[in-house]
Amino acid sequence: MTDLPDRPTLPPYAEAMGIAIERSEKTTPILTMDFAEHVQGRPGYLHGGAISGLLEMAGFAALKAHLDAEDSNRELKPINVSIQFLRGGKSQMTYAAGRIHRVGRRNAHILVEAWQDDRENPIASAVMNILIAPAEN
Amino acid sequence: MATAPSIFDPSKAAILLQHGHSGWLGAEYLDHGPDWVELALPWHEKLVGQPETGIIASGPIIAMMDMATALAAWTKRGKFVGQATLDLRVDYTRPAKPQHTVIGRGECYKLTKSAAFVRGIAHDGDPDDPVAHVAGVFMTLQAPRA
Repeated sequence: MTDLPDRPTLPPYAEAMGIAIERSEKTTPILTMDFAEHVQGRPGYLHGGAISGLLEMAGFAALKAHLDAEDSNRELKPINVSIQFLRGGKSQMTYAAGRIHRVGRRNAHILVEAWQDDRENPIASAVMNILIAPAEN
Repeated sequence: MATAPSIFDPSKAAILLQHGHSGWLGAEYLDHGPDWVELALPWHEKLVGQPETGIIASGPIIAMMDMATALAAWTKRGKFVGQATLDLRVDYTRPAKPQHTVIGRGECYKLTKSAAFVRGIAHDGDPDDPVAHVAGVFMTLQAPRA
């Protein structure tokens, strides 16, 4: 693992799932999740819940990186997420990255995609609305 | 379509929950009715999304609701058919209480040959004060024989 000084940290859930930040494109973190038994649904395929977890982590990481770049210390809370499962997730590495469509003062709208072989043909996508609350501490 | 007595028993099918991602999450079968299934997700450190508060991440809640609603679809259909989640929407109405078991109740409100329409709630003790509402659609991988 390379040590990137400015990369956002992932919560215990992401680490336990094997989700990692591989690199950043400009400020957008690219997350990875390797295939393993604990993310499997039907035999040989990723569980939809594991794909959802990866998508949400990528969405939060994208927004956090964006706010960090603006030196804004905020607390992020999910409002809702709508996930589209486009293809079965095969038993291989999966990547995910979020694209921020709008950041307001109170909420952000983010499009997230997960892919395997070909970024142009994602296996799943998500639209997330995230509440941006003032940090409580 | 004639309604046959259900031969799909989610309390027995819950053995599915012991494998793969479901097994890792620790989701457990609680109860079921003709078109609904209730699962429990005990709190665990590895599911935490906010280390400062101990609140679990949203991913495990989505995963449990995916399972609860999938089981509800099979229960209403009365048999197991291969199905894949087409889409799933989750509204997070409030954060789950730290260290609390989250209960997920999935309901299948409409079946067609090719799809199952589902909805559900997740709560941490009071079903009238859910932590999340979900709605989704499963597509059957092969049209079930009548």
